[in-house]
Amino acid sequence: MSTTVEASHHSGTGENYLTAGYGLKSWLMTTDHKRIAILYLLSISLFFVIGGLFAVLIRIELLTPAGDLVSADSYNKLFTLHGLVMIFFFLVPSIPAVFGNFLIPIMIGARDLAFPKVNLASWYVFTIGGLFTFAVVLAGGVDTGWTFYTPYSSTYSKTAVGLTAIGVFITGFSSILTGLNFVVTIHKMRAPGLTWFRLPLFIWAHYATSLIMLLGTPVVAISILLVFLERVFGIGIFDPALGGDPVLFQHLFWFYSHPAVYIMILPSMGVMSELIACFCRKRIFGYSFVAFSSLAIAVLGFLVWGHHMFTSSQSIYAGMVFSILTMMVAIPSAVKVFNWAATMYGGSISYETPMMYAFGFLGLFTIGGLTGLFLGALGLDVHVHDTYFVVAHFHYIMVGGAIMGYLGALHFWWPKMFGRLYPEAWAKLSSIVIFIGFNLTFFPQFLVGYLGMPRRYHVYPDEFQIFHVLSTAGASILAIGYAFPVVYLIWSLVRGEKAGPNPWNAKGLEWTVPSPPTTFNFDETPVVTEEAYDYSRPVEGKVV
Amino acid sequence: MFSNFQIFPEVASSMASKVDAFYFFMIGVSLFFFTLVVLLVTVFAIKFRRKSEDETPKPILGSLKLELIWTIIPFILSMVMFAWGAVLYFDMYTPPADAMNIYVVGKQWMWKIQHPEGNREINELHVPLGTPVKLIMTSEDVIHSFFVPAFRMKMDVVPGRYTTAWFEATKTGEYHLFCAEYCGTEHSEMIGTVYVMEPGDYQDWLERSAVASKSMAEEGAELYSQLGCNTCHEQETGARGPSLVGIHDRQVQLMTGELVKADDSYLRESILSPVSKVVAGFAPIMPTYKGQVSEEDVLKLIAYIQSLSYETAPSDIEATESERTE
Ligand code: HEC
Ligand code: HEM
Ligand SMILES: [Cu+2]
Ligand SMILES: [Cu+2]
Repeated sequence: MSTTVEASHHSGTGENYLTAGYGLKSWLMTTDHKRIAILYLLSISLFFVIGGLFAVLIRIELLTPAGDLVSADSYNKLFTLHGLVMIFFFLVPSIPAVFGNFLIPIMIGARDLAFPKVNLASWYVFTIGGLFTFAVVLAGGVDTGWTFYTPYSSTYSKTAVGLTAIGVFITGFSSILTGLNFVVTIHKMRAPGLTWFRLPLFIWAHYATSLIMLLGTPVVAISILLVFLERVFGIGIFDPALGGDPVLFQHLFWFYSHPAVYIMILPSMGVMSELIACFCRKRIFGYSFVAFSSLAIAVLGFLVWGHHMFTSSQSIYAGMVFSILTMMVAIPSAVKVFNWAATMYGGSISYETPMMYAFGFLGLFTIGGLTGLFLGALGLDVHVHDTYFVVAHFHYIMVGGAIMGYLGALHFWWPKMFGRLYPEAWAKLSSIVIFIGFNLTFFPQFLVGYLGMPRRYHVYPDEFQIFHVLSTAGASILAIGYAFPVVYLIWSLVRGEKAGPNPWNAKGLEWTVPSPPTTFNFDETPVVTEEAYDYSRPVEGKVV
Repeated sequence: MFSNFQIFPEVASSMASKVDAFYFFMIGVSLFFFTLVVLLVTVFAIKFRRKSEDETPKPILGSLKLELIWTIIPFILSMVMFAWGAVLYFDMYTPPADAMNIYVVGKQWMWKIQHPEGNREINELHVPLGTPVKLIMTSEDVIHSFFVPAFRMKMDVVPGRYTTAWFEATKTGEYHLFCAEYCGTEHSEMIGTVYVMEPGDYQDWLERSAVASKSMAEEGAELYSQLGCNTCHEQETGARGPSLVGIHDRQVQLMTGELVKADDSYLRESILSPVSKVVAGFAPIMPTYKGQVSEEDVLKLIAYIQSLSYETAPSDIEATESERTE
C-alpha cells in the first residue's frame, strides 16, 4: 500500500469539506453533516478525557481498602460524574453522532441528512446539556449515581441534583433529534438502486438505534423531570414520605436505560460488520440475519427492563417474565457473533488496525454477553446484583464492546475523514496495549464481585484488595493505550501520508468519493447496482 | 493483602451451595461458547490470512441450516438457565412456614435489628445455626439492600413497605453484612457482621444481651395502650374499630368489597395510612400515626397484633409468646 491514487475524477478542484471555509463561524454555523460530525468528535473526545480523569481518581482511591485519597462524599461524586459523562456525553452519542453523522448520507448516496439544520441544532442542544454538566461540577458535583434512584435523588441528596437533571433532560433531546434525522434520511434519501437489502449493515444498525433513541429517550427525560419536580416542588411521586412509590422510578428509569445500552452497542455492531467484511473481503455471512437481529434487539430490548430489579421487591413472577425475555434478547447477539465468525471462513484476512479492534471486540463482547446471562438468571443475579460482577459485565460490553467498535471505526474511517494515514505500527501496538490493559482492569472484577464486593464502595474489607490492585494496574496500562492514538492521530493530520479515496480497498459508496469528501459528497447522484460488500466485483478507486 | 486470599466466597447457608452449583454450570456453558468463538476466529484468522494483495475470495451468502443451529441451541440452553435460575429464585424468596422472624430497619447508615424476644442490635445480627430465619425489613429513609455474600442472599430494603427474605445458616462463624444499594455518603460503611452460633449459644446470647426483659410483643402491648389503640379496638362487638384478635395473615374484607390478606405490610399501612384501606362496616375515623411512631415501633405493634389470637386474651401475651417460639 505504498502508492496512493490522486483524488479522482469526481472533483477536480481539490476542494473538500474541510477547506470549504476556515473561520470559526464557518464551523459553528455549518449545516454540513461532515462538519457537524467533527464538532461532535471534538466534544465527545473532551468528555471522554474528563470521564477518564474521574475514572483514574476512582481507581487510585480503590488501590487501598481505606479511604485515603478522597472523602466519601467526593468519591460518590466521582463515580456519579464518571458514569454520567461516559454514558450520556460520550457513549450514547459516540458512534451515531460522529460516524453515523459523517457516513450515513455518504453510504446511501445522499448529499446530507434529511434535516441539516436540525442536525446542527442537535449539536447545540448537546453542548448546552454539556455546559449544564460543567455547571454541576462548579456547583460542587452530584452524588446520586448515574441511575438517580429515588428517594435518595429526589429528597435526601444534598448535591446539585436539579441542575444535573436539567442537563440530562436537555441532552436527551439531542439524541431524539439525531434519531429522527437518521430514520427519515434512511427511509427517504437512499440513492437509486439502493434497496433496503443492499444497505450496509452499518445503516441497519443505525436505523435500529435511531428507533430506540426516538422511543426510549423521552421516557428517561420525563422520569428525570419527575425527580426534578419532586425535589424542587415537593410533588409526591417517588418518595413514600410524600405518598410516592420509590420503585416506580426504577421501572421508568430502566424502561429507557436498558434499551439505552443497545443505543450504545448496536452502532458498534454495525461498525463490526463493515470492518469484518472489508478485512476479510467477503460479504457478511447471513446478511439478513444480521440485519434483522438488530431490529429484534431494538424491539426485545424494550421488554426486559425488570432484570435490573430482581431484588427490588418487584413480584417474583414479574421477575420470571423479565428473566425469560432477557434470555431471549441475548440470542440475536449470539447470532451476530456466529455470523461474523462465519464470515471469516474462506476470506482473505488481513490484520490492519481496524481489524485488530474487530478481533478485540469479538472476544470481549462475547464475555460481556455471556456474563449478561449470569445476571439474567434469577437465582444467580440475587447474589451478584449490585456487586463488581455487574460492573465488570457492563464494562466488558460498553468498553470492551462499544469502545472497541468506536476505536475500530475511528481507525477505519480516519483516512476518509481527514485524508491522511496514521502510522500503522503505532496504531497496532496501542490496540494490543488497550486489549491487555482492559482485561487486566476488568477481569478481576468478576472474581471480586462473586466474592461479594458491592459496587459504589469507597472503602472495603482487606481481603478484596488484591483484586483492586490488579484492576488499578490494568487501568494504568489502559490509560497509556488510550493516550497513544491521541498523539499519533493528531500527528497524522500534519505528517500522515495522503490516504487516497480507498486505502483499504473497501466496498461501499463512501470509498468511491475523495478523502476528505467534498461538501456535497457526490458530483452526481450515484446509482447502486450491487449488493453490499460484493467483493467478488472489482473495487473502485482501488490502490494498486 | 494476600492473607485469606480466596476466589469463592464462604458457603454458609442452605442456598449458598445451590447457587454455586448453578454458577459452575454457567461458567461451564460460557467457557464452551467462549472457547468456540475464540477457536473459530483464531483458526480462520490464521488459515485464511491474506496471502497476496489481489485475492478475491469466493462469496458465501449464508446458510439457513447454520443460522437455525446457532439460534436453536443457544435458545435451549438459555431456557435451561432461565428455569434453573427461576427455581432457585423462588426458593430464595419463599420462606419456610416455621421460620423465625427477625426485624430489620435500615437507615442512613446503620442496620437496626430486633429479635422477637426483644433483643436489639446495631450492625450485628446473631442467628442460630440450622434454623430458617425470615427477615422482615423496611427503611426509614432511602433504599438500602441487605446483602450477606456467604448466604448468597440479598434483598432491597425499601422505605414505605416491608420486604422479606430468608436464609438458613449451615456453618458457624462471622460473615460480612453489606449494604448493596447505594444510599449516600457512608454507603460503604453501612456494613456489619452476621454471627452464626450453635442454637445453645444463641439462647445464651439472647439471655446475656437482653436489655429489658420484654419481648417485642410486650413492648408493642405497652405502645398499644399508650397510643390509645385500645380505646377503639376493643374485643366486644359494637366498638368503634374492628377487633384485631386473630387478624394477622387472615383475609379482611374492605369497604370496596375487595378481600385482602392482613399481612405485615397491610397492618403497617393500616396504622400509618388508615384511610387507604378501610375495613368494611367501619367508618374511616382512625387517625393516622404517621410521624408519631417510628418504623421500629410499628414493628412492635405488629408483633403485638400477631400475638393476639382467638384463644388468648391480650393479657396472656406471655403464654402466646412462648407458644410461638417453640
Ligand atoms: C379513633 C379510633 C381508632 C383508634 C384510636 C385506632 N384505630 Fe385502628 N381502626 C379504627 C377503625 C374505625 C378501623 C376500621 C376502618 C379502617 O380500616 O380504617 C381501624 C382499623 C385498624 C386496622 C385494620 C384492621 C382490620 O381488621 O383490617 C388495624 C391493624 C388498626 N386499626 C390498628 C390500630 C392501631 C395499632 C392503633 C393504635 C396505634 C389504632 N388502630 C388506633 C379505629 C381506630
Ligand atoms: C447480551 C445480552 C445482555 C444481557 C443478557 C444483559 C444482562 C444484564 C442484566 C441482567 C443486568 C442487570 C444486572 C444487575 O444489576 O444485577 C445488566 C446490567 C447492565 N448491563 Fe447488560 N446485558 C446484556 C448486554 C448489555 C449491553 C449490550 C450493554 C451496553 C452496551 C449492557 C450494559 C449494562 C449496564 C450498563 C448494566 C448496569 C446498569 C447499572 O446498574 O448501572 N448490557 N445486564
Ligand atoms: Cu438491562
Ligand atoms: Cu447503602
